[in-house]
Amino acid sequence: MQAQQTLIRSNRFRPWEPVLWLAALAIPVLLPHYALIVNEIAIVALFAVSLDLVLGYAGIVSLGHAAFFGLGAYTAALFCKHVSPDPHLGLLVAIAASALLGLAASFTVLRGSDLTRLMVTLGVALILLELANKLDWLTGGTDGIQGLVFSPVLGLFEFELTGRVASYYSLGVLLILFFVARRLVNSPFGATLQAIRDNRLRAMAVGIPVHARLVSIYTVAGGMAGAAGALFTQTSGFASLDVFEFHRSADLMLMLVVGGTGWLYGGVVGAIVFKLMQDALSSITPQYWTFWLGLFLVVLVLVGRDRLFKPWTWIRRGR
Amino acid sequence: MSDAADSVPVLSARGLIKKFGGITATNNVTLDVRRGARHALIGPNGAGKTTLINLLTGVLTPTEGRVVLQGEDISGLAPHERVRRGLVRTFQINQLFVSMTPLETLALVISQQRGRGATFWKPLGGDAEVARRCEELLAQFHLSEVMNQRTEYLAYGKRRLLEIAIALACEPRVLLLDEPVAGVPAGEREELLQTVAALPADVSVLLIEHDMDLVFSFADRMTVLVNGGVLTEGSPEEIAANEEVKAVYLGHEVAHG
Repeated sequence: MQAQQTLIRSNRFRPWEPVLWLAALAIPVLLPHYALIVNEIAIVALFAVSLDLVLGYAGIVSLGHAAFFGLGAYTAALFCKHVSPDPHLGLLVAIAASALLGLAASFTVLRGSDLTRLMVTLGVALILLELANKLDWLTGGTDGIQGLVFSPVLGLFEFELTGRVASYYSLGVLLILFFVARRLVNSPFGATLQAIRDNRLRAMAVGIPVHARLVSIYTVAGGMAGAAGALFTQTSGFASLDVFEFHRSADLMLMLVVGGTGWLYGGVVGAIVFKLMQDALSSITPQYWTFWLGLFLVVLVLVGRDRLFKPWTWIRRGR
Repeated sequence: MSDAADSVPVLSARGLIKKFGGITATNNVTLDVRRGARHALIGPNGAGKTTLINLLTGVLTPTEGRVVLQGEDISGLAPHERVRRGLVRTFQINQLFVSMTPLETLALVISQQRGRGATFWKPLGGDAEVARRCEELLAQFHLSEVMNQRTEYLAYGKRRLLEIAIALACEPRVLLLDEPVAGVPAGEREELLQTVAALPADVSVLLIEHDMDLVFSFADRMTVLVNGGVLTEGSPEEIAANEEVKAVYLGHEVAHG
Protein backbone atom coordinates (compact mmCIF):
# COMPACT_ATOMS: atom_id res chain seq x y z
CA MET A 1 0.00 0.00 0.00
CA GLN A 2 2.68 2.41 -1.07
CA ALA A 3 0.15 4.72 -2.68
CA GLN A 4 -1.80 5.15 0.52
CA GLN A 5 1.30 5.88 2.57
CA THR A 6 2.44 8.48 0.07
CA LEU A 7 -0.95 10.15 0.06
CA ILE A 8 -1.19 10.25 3.84
CA ARG A 9 2.42 11.35 4.31
CA SER A 10 1.73 14.63 2.52
CA ASN A 11 -0.49 15.86 5.37
CA ARG A 12 1.74 14.73 8.18
CA PHE A 13 3.24 17.49 10.34
CA ARG A 14 6.61 18.88 9.36
CA PRO A 15 9.14 19.23 12.22
CA TRP A 16 9.17 23.03 11.92
CA GLU A 17 5.41 23.38 12.36
CA PRO A 18 5.24 22.83 16.14
CA VAL A 19 8.39 24.98 16.49
CA LEU A 20 6.64 27.89 14.78
CA TRP A 21 3.51 27.59 16.90
CA LEU A 22 5.42 27.14 20.16
CA ALA A 23 7.55 30.19 19.35
CA ALA A 24 4.40 32.21 18.68
CA LEU A 25 2.89 31.08 21.98
CA ALA A 26 6.11 31.82 23.90
CA ILE A 27 6.67 35.38 22.65
CA PRO A 28 3.95 37.20 24.65
CA VAL A 29 5.50 35.78 27.87
CA LEU A 30 9.18 36.05 26.99
CA LEU A 31 9.01 39.38 25.16
CA PRO A 32 5.98 41.19 26.63
CA HIS A 33 6.64 44.24 24.45
CA TYR A 34 5.75 42.19 21.42
CA ALA A 35 2.41 40.94 22.74
CA LEU A 36 0.45 43.60 20.87
CA ILE A 37 2.12 42.91 17.56
CA VAL A 38 1.71 39.15 18.03
CA ASN A 39 -1.99 39.85 18.42
CA GLU A 40 -2.05 41.93 15.25
CA ILE A 41 -0.10 39.27 13.32
CA ALA A 42 -2.38 36.48 14.51
CA ILE A 43 -5.43 38.41 13.30
CA VAL A 44 -4.10 39.25 9.84
CA ALA A 45 -2.64 35.74 9.53
CA LEU A 46 -6.11 34.31 10.06
CA PHE A 47 -7.47 36.79 7.53
CA ALA A 48 -4.74 35.82 5.03
CA VAL A 49 -5.33 32.08 5.53
CA SER A 50 -8.97 32.73 4.70
CA LEU A 51 -8.03 34.44 1.44
CA ASP A 52 -5.61 31.62 0.63
CA LEU A 53 -8.47 29.12 0.85
CA VAL A 54 -10.27 31.04 -1.87
CA LEU A 55 -7.35 32.27 -3.96
CA GLY A 56 -4.68 29.62 -3.46
CA TYR A 57 -6.92 26.56 -3.40
CA ALA A 58 -9.99 27.44 -5.41
CA GLY A 59 -8.32 29.98 -7.74
CA ILE A 60 -10.79 32.82 -7.15
CA VAL A 61 -9.11 36.22 -7.08
CA SER A 62 -10.62 38.75 -4.69
CA LEU A 63 -9.91 42.39 -4.01
CA GLY A 64 -12.78 42.67 -1.56
CA HIS A 65 -12.01 40.21 1.17
CA ALA A 66 -12.32 43.08 3.67
CA ALA A 67 -16.09 42.78 3.24
CA PHE A 68 -16.08 39.66 5.44
CA PHE A 69 -13.50 41.03 7.86
CA GLY A 70 -15.53 44.22 8.25
CA LEU A 71 -18.85 42.45 8.70
CA GLY A 72 -17.27 40.23 11.37
CA ALA A 73 -15.85 43.30 13.11
CA TYR A 74 -19.16 45.19 13.14
CA THR A 75 -21.19 42.14 14.08
CA ALA A 76 -18.93 41.52 17.08
CA ALA A 77 -19.22 45.21 18.07
CA LEU A 78 -23.01 45.30 17.76
CA PHE A 79 -23.42 42.00 19.54
CA CYS A 80 -21.35 43.31 22.45
CA LYS A 81 -23.23 46.60 22.59
CA HIS A 82 -26.77 45.27 22.32
CA VAL A 83 -26.77 41.61 23.33
CA SER A 84 -23.93 40.30 25.41
CA PRO A 85 -20.30 41.25 26.19
CA ASP A 86 -19.26 37.60 26.02
CA PRO A 87 -16.45 37.44 23.43
CA HIS A 88 -16.91 33.76 22.58
CA LEU A 89 -20.56 34.10 21.73
CA GLY A 90 -19.79 37.29 19.82
CA LEU A 91 -17.11 35.46 17.85
CA LEU A 92 -19.50 32.67 16.90
CA VAL A 93 -22.22 35.10 15.86
CA ALA A 94 -19.70 37.10 13.78
CA ILE A 95 -18.50 33.91 12.07
CA ALA A 96 -22.09 32.93 11.27
CA ALA A 97 -22.93 36.38 9.88
CA SER A 98 -19.89 36.58 7.60
CA ALA A 99 -20.31 32.99 6.50
CA LEU A 100 -23.84 33.94 5.43
CA LEU A 101 -22.43 36.90 3.51
CA GLY A 102 -19.89 34.51 1.96
CA LEU A 103 -22.72 32.21 0.91
CA ALA A 104 -24.64 35.08 -0.70
CA ALA A 105 -21.56 36.62 -2.33
CA SER A 106 -20.36 33.28 -3.67
CA PHE A 107 -22.99 33.40 -6.38
CA THR A 108 -21.33 36.51 -7.82
CA VAL A 109 -17.97 34.78 -8.34
CA LEU A 110 -19.11 31.49 -9.88
CA ARG A 111 -18.88 32.77 -13.43
CA GLY A 112 -16.77 35.32 -15.19
CA SER A 113 -13.07 35.95 -15.67
CA ASP A 114 -10.52 37.00 -13.08
CA LEU A 115 -11.01 40.62 -14.03
CA THR A 116 -14.77 40.56 -13.48
CA ARG A 117 -14.22 38.81 -10.16
CA LEU A 118 -11.78 41.50 -9.04
CA MET A 119 -14.40 44.13 -9.82
CA VAL A 120 -17.33 42.27 -8.26
CA THR A 121 -15.49 41.46 -5.02
CA LEU A 122 -14.22 45.03 -4.80
CA GLY A 123 -17.76 46.28 -5.37
CA VAL A 124 -19.25 44.14 -2.58
CA ALA A 125 -16.69 45.51 -0.11
CA LEU A 126 -17.37 49.10 -1.21
CA ILE A 127 -21.13 48.65 -0.85
CA LEU A 128 -20.69 47.41 2.71
CA LEU A 129 -18.32 50.29 3.47
CA GLU A 130 -20.91 52.78 2.29
CA LEU A 131 -23.70 51.03 4.21
CA ALA A 132 -21.63 51.19 7.40
CA ASN A 133 -21.05 54.86 6.69
CA LYS A 134 -24.68 55.77 6.01
CA LEU A 135 -26.51 53.66 8.57
CA ASP A 136 -25.16 55.79 11.41
CA TRP A 137 -28.05 55.03 13.78
CA LEU A 138 -26.72 51.48 13.80
CA THR A 139 -23.02 51.73 13.08
CA GLY A 140 -22.12 55.16 14.39
CA GLY A 141 -21.17 56.30 10.88
CA THR A 142 -17.66 57.75 10.68
CA ASP A 143 -17.24 57.54 14.46
CA GLY A 144 -17.69 53.81 14.45
CA ILE A 145 -18.64 51.91 17.59
CA GLN A 146 -16.33 52.74 20.46
CA GLY A 147 -15.73 52.02 24.10
CA LEU A 148 -16.73 48.38 23.97
CA VAL A 149 -15.94 46.34 27.05
CA PHE A 150 -15.84 42.59 26.63
CA SER A 151 -16.14 40.10 29.44
CA PRO A 152 -13.07 37.98 30.33
CA VAL A 153 -11.83 35.24 27.98
CA LEU A 154 -13.00 31.83 29.24
CA GLY A 155 -14.57 33.78 32.10
CA LEU A 156 -11.13 34.12 33.71
CA PHE A 157 -8.76 36.40 31.80
CA GLU A 158 -9.62 40.06 31.59
CA PHE A 159 -8.44 41.92 28.47
CA GLU A 160 -5.67 44.31 29.66
CA LEU A 161 -3.48 47.01 28.14
CA THR A 162 -0.31 44.92 27.65
CA GLY A 163 -2.18 42.82 25.11
CA ARG A 164 -1.08 39.52 26.54
CA VAL A 165 -4.57 38.09 27.00
CA ALA A 166 -5.57 39.52 23.63
CA SER A 167 -2.61 37.85 21.91
CA TYR A 168 -3.38 34.46 23.45
CA TYR A 169 -7.03 34.78 22.59
CA SER A 170 -6.23 35.58 18.95
CA LEU A 171 -3.49 32.96 18.73
CA GLY A 172 -5.87 30.37 20.16
CA VAL A 173 -8.57 31.14 17.61
CA LEU A 174 -5.98 31.24 14.81
CA LEU A 175 -4.56 27.89 15.90
CA ILE A 176 -7.96 26.20 15.92
CA LEU A 177 -9.16 27.65 12.61
CA PHE A 178 -5.79 27.12 10.93
CA PHE A 179 -5.91 23.42 11.68
CA VAL A 180 -9.50 23.21 10.55
CA ALA A 181 -8.36 24.76 7.27
CA ARG A 182 -5.35 22.45 7.09
CA ARG A 183 -7.56 19.44 7.53
CA LEU A 184 -9.96 20.76 4.93
CA VAL A 185 -7.41 21.32 2.17
CA ASN A 186 -5.80 17.91 2.64
CA SER A 187 -9.11 16.09 2.31
CA PRO A 188 -10.80 14.82 -0.87
CA PHE A 189 -12.86 18.02 -0.71
CA GLY A 190 -9.68 20.12 -0.76
CA ALA A 191 -8.28 18.06 -3.62
CA THR A 192 -11.41 18.66 -5.70
CA LEU A 193 -10.97 22.41 -5.09
CA GLN A 194 -7.41 22.26 -6.39
CA ALA A 195 -8.67 20.32 -9.37
CA ILE A 196 -11.11 23.15 -10.10
CA ARG A 197 -8.32 25.70 -9.75
CA ASP A 198 -6.02 23.74 -12.07
CA ASN A 199 -8.57 22.90 -14.75
CA ARG A 200 -12.21 23.74 -14.37
CA LEU A 201 -13.23 22.03 -17.63
CA ARG A 202 -11.72 18.72 -16.56
CA ALA A 203 -13.02 19.07 -13.03
CA MET A 204 -16.51 19.14 -14.53
CA ALA A 205 -15.67 16.25 -16.83
CA VAL A 206 -14.77 13.98 -13.89
CA GLY A 207 -18.04 14.70 -12.15
CA ILE A 208 -17.04 17.38 -9.64
CA PRO A 209 -19.98 19.73 -8.96
CA VAL A 210 -17.93 22.87 -9.52
CA HIS A 211 -20.47 25.44 -8.41
CA ALA A 212 -21.37 23.62 -5.21
CA ARG A 213 -17.68 23.36 -4.30
CA LEU A 214 -17.01 27.05 -4.89
CA VAL A 215 -20.08 28.04 -2.88
CA SER A 216 -18.91 25.88 0.06
CA ILE A 217 -15.36 27.18 0.17
CA TYR A 218 -16.42 30.80 -0.26
CA THR A 219 -18.80 30.38 2.69
CA VAL A 220 -16.09 28.82 4.86
CA ALA A 221 -13.57 31.51 3.90
CA GLY A 222 -16.12 34.22 4.60
CA GLY A 223 -16.70 32.85 8.08
CA MET A 224 -12.99 32.65 8.75
CA ALA A 225 -12.37 36.23 7.62
CA GLY A 226 -15.29 37.25 9.83
CA ALA A 227 -13.59 35.55 12.78
CA ALA A 228 -10.50 37.68 12.11
CA GLY A 229 -12.67 40.80 12.04
CA ALA A 230 -14.34 39.83 15.32
CA LEU A 231 -10.94 39.31 16.94
CA PHE A 232 -9.92 42.75 15.74
CA THR A 233 -12.94 44.39 17.40
CA GLN A 234 -12.73 42.36 20.57
CA THR A 235 -9.02 42.96 21.18
CA SER A 236 -9.13 46.66 20.30
CA GLY A 237 -12.49 47.55 21.85
CA PHE A 238 -13.87 49.35 18.82
CA ALA A 239 -15.00 48.95 15.21
CA SER A 240 -14.68 51.71 12.62
CA LEU A 241 -15.10 52.14 8.88
CA ASP A 242 -11.42 51.33 8.44
CA VAL A 243 -12.22 47.60 8.66
CA PHE A 244 -13.98 47.75 5.28
CA GLU A 245 -11.35 49.90 3.53
CA PHE A 246 -9.80 48.83 0.25
CA HIS A 247 -6.24 48.91 1.64
CA ARG A 248 -7.14 46.01 3.92
CA SER A 249 -7.98 43.76 0.97
CA ALA A 250 -4.96 45.01 -0.96
CA ASP A 251 -2.50 44.53 1.94
CA LEU A 252 -3.88 41.02 2.28
CA MET A 253 -3.07 40.26 -1.37
CA LEU A 254 0.46 41.56 -0.77
CA MET A 255 0.88 39.23 2.20
CA LEU A 256 -0.05 36.25 0.06
CA VAL A 257 2.35 37.46 -2.63
CA VAL A 258 5.10 37.57 -0.01
CA GLY A 259 4.27 34.22 1.60
CA GLY A 260 3.02 32.33 -1.45
CA THR A 261 -0.43 30.92 -2.17
CA GLY A 262 -1.73 27.40 -1.93
CA TRP A 263 0.02 26.13 1.22
CA LEU A 264 -1.82 27.97 4.04
CA TYR A 265 1.45 28.87 5.79
CA GLY A 266 1.94 31.45 3.04
CA GLY A 267 -0.67 33.58 4.76
CA VAL A 268 1.03 33.16 8.13
CA VAL A 269 4.52 33.89 6.80
CA GLY A 270 3.24 36.81 4.74
CA ALA A 271 1.48 38.28 7.76
CA ILE A 272 4.61 37.97 9.91
CA VAL A 273 6.92 39.54 7.30
CA PHE A 274 4.46 42.28 6.40
CA LYS A 275 3.64 43.29 9.97
CA LEU A 276 7.24 43.16 11.19
CA MET A 277 8.41 45.24 8.23
CA GLN A 278 5.60 47.70 8.78
CA ASP A 279 6.51 47.95 12.46
CA ALA A 280 10.28 48.27 11.93
CA LEU A 281 10.15 50.58 8.92
CA SER A 282 7.50 52.91 10.27
CA SER A 283 9.53 53.43 13.47
CA ILE A 284 12.67 54.26 11.45
CA THR A 285 11.00 56.38 8.80
CA PRO A 286 7.34 57.07 9.67
CA GLN A 287 6.68 58.97 6.44
CA TYR A 288 8.37 56.78 3.90
CA TRP A 289 7.90 53.26 5.15
CA THR A 290 5.63 52.36 2.27
CA PHE A 291 8.50 53.26 -0.09
CA TRP A 292 10.70 50.56 1.46
CA LEU A 293 7.85 48.11 1.53
CA GLY A 294 7.24 48.78 -2.17
CA LEU A 295 10.93 48.34 -2.95
CA PHE A 296 10.95 45.03 -1.10
CA LEU A 297 7.97 43.79 -3.07
CA VAL A 298 9.51 44.77 -6.40
CA VAL A 299 12.74 42.97 -5.51
CA LEU A 300 10.80 39.95 -4.26
CA VAL A 301 8.83 39.63 -7.45
CA LEU A 302 11.80 40.25 -9.77
CA VAL A 303 14.24 37.98 -7.97
CA GLY A 304 11.70 35.34 -7.03
CA ARG A 305 10.74 34.18 -3.55
CA ASP A 306 12.80 31.02 -3.65
CA ARG A 307 16.01 32.72 -4.67
CA LEU A 308 15.56 35.69 -2.34
CA PHE A 309 15.23 33.49 0.74
CA LYS A 310 17.87 30.96 -0.29
CA PRO A 311 21.04 33.08 -0.55
CA TRP A 312 23.21 30.01 -1.10
CA THR A 313 21.73 29.69 -4.56
CA TRP A 314 23.16 33.11 -5.51
CA ILE A 315 26.73 31.87 -5.92
CA ARG A 316 25.79 29.09 -8.28
CA ARG A 317 26.07 30.09 -11.90
CA GLY A 318 22.71 30.82 -13.37
CA ARG A 319 21.76 29.03 -16.54
CA MET B 1 -21.20 -11.27 -33.33
CA SER B 2 -24.83 -11.98 -32.50
CA ASP B 3 -26.61 -8.84 -33.48
CA ALA B 4 -29.78 -9.39 -31.43
CA ALA B 5 -28.04 -9.54 -28.05
CA ASP B 6 -25.48 -6.84 -28.75
CA SER B 7 -27.72 -4.38 -30.48
CA VAL B 8 -29.04 -2.85 -27.22
CA PRO B 9 -27.75 0.70 -27.45
CA VAL B 10 -26.08 1.95 -24.28
CA LEU B 11 -25.80 5.47 -25.63
CA SER B 12 -28.09 7.01 -28.25
CA ALA B 13 -28.19 10.36 -29.96
CA ARG B 14 -31.70 11.03 -31.31
CA GLY B 15 -32.01 13.66 -34.04
CA LEU B 16 -29.42 16.02 -32.56
CA ILE B 17 -29.31 19.47 -34.12
CA LYS B 18 -27.04 22.30 -33.04
CA LYS B 19 -27.13 25.71 -34.68
CA PHE B 20 -24.70 28.53 -33.98
CA GLY B 21 -26.47 31.54 -35.43
CA GLY B 22 -26.93 30.68 -39.10
CA ILE B 23 -24.46 27.80 -39.08
CA THR B 24 -25.67 24.27 -38.51
CA ALA B 25 -22.77 22.49 -36.79
CA THR B 26 -24.70 19.32 -36.08
CA ASN B 27 -27.39 18.33 -38.52
CA ASN B 28 -29.93 15.75 -37.37
CA VAL B 29 -27.46 13.20 -36.02
CA THR B 30 -28.85 9.87 -34.87
CA LEU B 31 -26.28 7.46 -33.51
CA ASP B 32 -26.35 4.29 -31.40
CA VAL B 33 -23.40 3.00 -29.44
CA ARG B 34 -24.05 -0.61 -28.56
CA ARG B 35 -23.11 -2.26 -25.29
CA GLY B 36 -19.44 -3.25 -25.29
CA ALA B 37 -18.91 -1.67 -28.70
CA ARG B 38 -15.68 -0.31 -30.10
CA HIS B 39 -17.32 2.37 -32.17
CA ALA B 40 -15.31 4.85 -34.22
CA LEU B 41 -16.51 8.26 -35.32
CA ILE B 42 -14.58 9.61 -38.28
CA GLY B 43 -14.90 12.54 -40.60
CA PRO B 44 -12.82 15.30 -42.13
CA ASN B 45 -11.85 18.40 -40.19
CA GLY B 46 -14.87 20.59 -39.57
CA ALA B 47 -17.30 17.68 -39.86
CA GLY B 48 -18.69 18.46 -36.41
CA LYS B 49 -17.10 15.71 -34.34
CA THR B 50 -16.14 17.97 -31.44
CA THR B 51 -19.54 19.66 -31.39
CA LEU B 52 -21.20 16.24 -31.27
CA ILE B 53 -19.00 15.21 -28.32
CA ASN B 54 -19.90 18.43 -26.54
CA LEU B 55 -23.59 17.76 -27.12
CA LEU B 56 -23.31 14.20 -25.82
CA THR B 57 -21.40 15.24 -22.68
CA GLY B 58 -23.59 18.23 -21.94
CA VAL B 59 -21.07 21.01 -22.49
CA LEU B 60 -23.37 22.34 -25.21
CA THR B 61 -27.18 22.24 -25.23
CA PRO B 62 -28.68 20.94 -28.47
CA THR B 63 -31.06 23.15 -30.43
CA GLU B 64 -33.14 20.02 -30.97
CA GLY B 65 -32.91 16.31 -30.21
CA ARG B 66 -32.20 14.07 -27.26
CA VAL B 67 -29.38 12.09 -25.70
CA VAL B 68 -30.30 8.78 -24.09
CA LEU B 69 -27.98 6.84 -21.79
CA GLN B 70 -29.07 3.32 -20.82
CA GLY B 71 -32.69 4.13 -21.54
CA GLU B 72 -32.65 7.37 -19.53
CA ASP B 73 -33.08 10.73 -21.26
CA ILE B 74 -30.08 12.74 -20.05
CA SER B 75 -30.59 15.72 -22.39
CA GLY B 76 -31.31 18.08 -19.49
CA LEU B 77 -28.49 16.98 -17.18
CA ALA B 78 -25.37 18.99 -16.35
CA PRO B 79 -21.99 17.56 -17.43
CA HIS B 80 -21.05 16.31 -13.95
CA GLU B 81 -24.41 14.55 -13.58
CA ARG B 82 -23.82 12.69 -16.85
CA VAL B 83 -20.40 11.63 -15.57
CA ARG B 84 -22.05 10.23 -12.44
CA ARG B 85 -24.29 8.12 -14.71
CA GLY B 86 -21.28 6.70 -16.53
CA LEU B 87 -20.76 8.90 -19.59
CA VAL B 88 -17.13 10.01 -19.48
CA ARG B 89 -14.83 11.63 -22.02
CA THR B 90 -11.16 12.32 -22.66
CA PHE B 91 -9.88 15.41 -24.43
CA GLN B 92 -8.03 15.88 -27.68
CA ILE B 93 -5.85 18.47 -25.94
CA ASN B 94 -4.77 17.23 -22.50
CA GLN B 95 -6.90 18.64 -19.70
CA LEU B 96 -4.99 17.69 -16.57
CA PHE B 97 -4.56 18.94 -13.03
CA VAL B 98 -1.03 20.14 -13.68
CA SER B 99 0.05 21.07 -10.17
CA MET B 100 -0.89 17.67 -8.75
CA THR B 101 0.82 14.30 -9.09
CA PRO B 102 -0.77 11.42 -11.02
CA LEU B 103 -1.37 9.67 -7.70
CA GLU B 104 -3.16 12.67 -6.18
CA THR B 105 -5.13 13.21 -9.37
CA LEU B 106 -6.42 9.64 -9.48
CA ALA B 107 -7.08 9.57 -5.74
CA LEU B 108 -9.26 12.64 -5.97
CA VAL B 109 -11.13 11.44 -9.05
CA ILE B 110 -11.79 8.03 -7.50
CA SER B 111 -12.92 9.66 -4.23
CA GLN B 112 -15.29 11.86 -6.19
CA GLN B 113 -16.55 8.89 -8.20
CA ARG B 114 -17.29 6.95 -5.02
CA GLY B 115 -19.33 9.81 -3.63
CA ARG B 116 -16.67 11.01 -1.20
CA GLY B 117 -15.65 14.16 -3.03
CA ALA B 118 -17.26 16.31 -0.34
CA THR B 119 -15.54 14.51 2.54
CA PHE B 120 -13.62 17.25 4.27
CA TRP B 121 -12.51 15.73 7.53
CA LYS B 122 -10.52 12.70 6.38
CA PRO B 123 -7.25 12.95 4.45
CA LEU B 124 -7.14 12.20 0.74
CA GLY B 125 -6.09 8.57 0.53
CA GLY B 126 -7.37 7.82 4.00
CA ASP B 127 -9.58 5.24 2.35
CA ALA B 128 -7.67 2.03 1.59
CA GLU B 129 -10.10 1.07 -1.20
CA VAL B 130 -9.37 4.33 -3.03
CA ALA B 131 -5.62 3.85 -2.65
CA ARG B 132 -5.85 0.29 -3.97
CA ARG B 133 -7.77 1.36 -7.07
CA CYS B 134 -5.15 4.11 -7.62
CA GLU B 135 -2.39 1.53 -7.63
CA GLU B 136 -4.28 -0.66 -10.12
CA LEU B 137 -4.81 2.21 -12.52
CA LEU B 138 -1.25 3.52 -12.16
CA ALA B 139 0.09 0.07 -13.02
CA GLN B 140 -2.37 -0.43 -15.89
CA PHE B 141 -1.37 2.90 -17.44
CA HIS B 142 2.38 2.57 -16.90
CA LEU B 143 2.39 5.50 -14.49
CA SER B 144 3.66 3.79 -11.32
CA GLU B 145 7.23 5.08 -11.61
CA VAL B 146 6.12 8.68 -12.10
CA MET B 147 3.20 8.72 -9.68
CA ASN B 148 4.84 11.30 -7.42
CA GLN B 149 5.98 13.75 -10.08
CA ARG B 150 4.01 16.87 -10.72
CA THR B 151 1.92 16.33 -13.84
CA GLU B 152 3.32 19.41 -15.59
CA TYR B 153 6.80 17.81 -15.58
CA LEU B 154 5.71 14.48 -17.12
CA ALA B 155 6.69 13.43 -20.64
CA TYR B 156 3.95 14.03 -23.21
CA GLY B 157 3.19 10.34 -23.67
CA LYS B 158 2.77 9.89 -19.92
CA ARG B 159 0.43 12.85 -19.75
CA ARG B 160 -1.59 11.31 -22.57
CA LEU B 161 -1.84 8.07 -20.58
CA LEU B 162 -2.93 9.99 -17.50
CA GLU B 163 -5.57 11.72 -19.61
CA ILE B 164 -7.19 8.33 -20.28
CA ALA B 165 -6.50 6.95 -16.78
CA ILE B 166 -8.50 9.86 -15.29
CA ALA B 167 -11.47 8.98 -17.47
CA LEU B 168 -11.27 5.31 -16.53
CA ALA B 169 -11.05 6.27 -12.85
CA CYS B 170 -14.59 7.65 -13.27
CA GLU B 171 -15.79 4.04 -13.85
CA PRO B 172 -17.39 4.83 -17.21
CA ARG B 173 -20.02 2.71 -18.93
CA VAL B 174 -19.46 4.69 -22.09
CA LEU B 175 -16.05 6.22 -22.75
CA LEU B 176 -15.63 8.92 -25.39
CA LEU B 177 -12.01 8.96 -26.56
CA ASP B 178 -11.18 12.15 -28.42
CA GLU B 179 -8.09 11.52 -30.58
CA PRO B 180 -6.17 9.62 -27.90
CA VAL B 181 -2.90 9.37 -29.84
CA ALA B 182 -2.91 12.92 -31.22
CA GLY B 183 0.56 14.44 -31.04
CA VAL B 184 2.21 11.50 -29.31
CA PRO B 185 5.77 10.96 -30.58
CA ALA B 186 6.56 7.61 -32.24
CA GLY B 187 8.64 6.35 -29.32
CA GLU B 188 5.79 6.68 -26.82
CA ARG B 189 3.03 5.62 -29.18
CA GLU B 190 3.16 1.87 -28.76
CA GLU B 191 2.56 2.04 -25.00
CA LEU B 192 -0.49 4.17 -25.58
CA LEU B 193 -1.93 1.98 -28.35
CA GLN B 194 -1.57 -1.11 -26.17
CA THR B 195 -3.35 0.63 -23.33
CA VAL B 196 -6.21 1.69 -25.57
CA ALA B 197 -6.51 -1.85 -26.94
CA ALA B 198 -6.57 -3.24 -23.38
CA LEU B 199 -9.48 -1.10 -22.16
CA PRO B 200 -11.99 -3.22 -20.21
CA ALA B 201 -14.41 -5.08 -22.48
CA ASP B 202 -17.49 -4.03 -20.50
CA VAL B 203 -16.76 -0.36 -21.21
CA SER B 204 -18.36 0.76 -24.46
CA VAL B 205 -16.03 3.07 -26.39
CA LEU B 206 -16.77 5.81 -28.88
CA LEU B 207 -13.49 6.75 -30.53
CA ILE B 208 -12.95 9.97 -32.44
CA GLU B 209 -9.76 9.62 -34.42
CA HIS B 210 -7.91 10.79 -37.51
CA ASP B 211 -5.37 8.00 -37.43
CA MET B 212 -6.83 5.38 -39.81
CA ASP B 213 -4.46 2.64 -38.68
CA LEU B 214 -5.75 2.96 -35.15
CA VAL B 215 -9.37 3.25 -36.28
CA PHE B 216 -9.31 0.11 -38.44
CA SER B 217 -7.36 -1.97 -35.89
CA PHE B 218 -9.62 -0.91 -33.03
CA ALA B 219 -13.17 -0.39 -34.23
CA ASP B 220 -15.91 -2.96 -34.83
CA ARG B 221 -18.36 -0.30 -35.95
CA MET B 222 -17.88 3.03 -37.71
CA THR B 223 -19.88 6.17 -38.31
CA VAL B 224 -18.79 8.73 -40.89
CA LEU B 225 -19.66 12.35 -40.20
CA VAL B 226 -19.61 14.94 -42.97
CA ASN B 227 -20.77 18.56 -42.75
CA GLY B 228 -22.45 17.98 -39.40
CA GLY B 229 -24.56 15.02 -40.55
CA VAL B 230 -24.15 11.24 -40.67
CA LEU B 231 -22.99 10.14 -44.12
CA THR B 232 -23.09 6.44 -43.41
CA GLU B 233 -22.56 3.81 -40.75
CA GLY B 234 -21.31 0.24 -40.91
CA SER B 235 -18.62 -2.29 -40.14
CA PRO B 236 -15.01 -1.29 -40.91
CA GLU B 237 -15.12 -3.50 -44.02
CA GLU B 238 -18.25 -1.80 -45.31
CA ILE B 239 -16.81 1.64 -44.66
CA ALA B 240 -13.53 0.76 -46.33
CA ALA B 241 -15.43 -0.39 -49.41
CA ASN B 242 -17.85 2.53 -49.52
CA GLU B 243 -17.25 4.68 -52.61
CA GLU B 244 -19.04 7.69 -51.16
CA VAL B 245 -16.79 7.67 -48.09
CA LYS B 246 -13.73 7.39 -50.26
CA ALA B 247 -14.84 10.31 -52.36
CA VAL B 248 -15.87 12.66 -49.57
CA TYR B 249 -13.63 11.70 -46.72
CA LEU B 250 -10.47 10.40 -48.29
CA GLY B 251 -10.71 12.88 -51.13
CA HIS B 252 -10.78 15.66 -48.60
CA GLU B 253 -7.78 14.18 -46.84
CA VAL B 254 -5.82 14.00 -50.09
CA ALA B 255 -6.67 17.59 -50.85
CA HIS B 256 -5.35 18.43 -47.42
CA GLY B 257 -2.07 16.55 -47.78
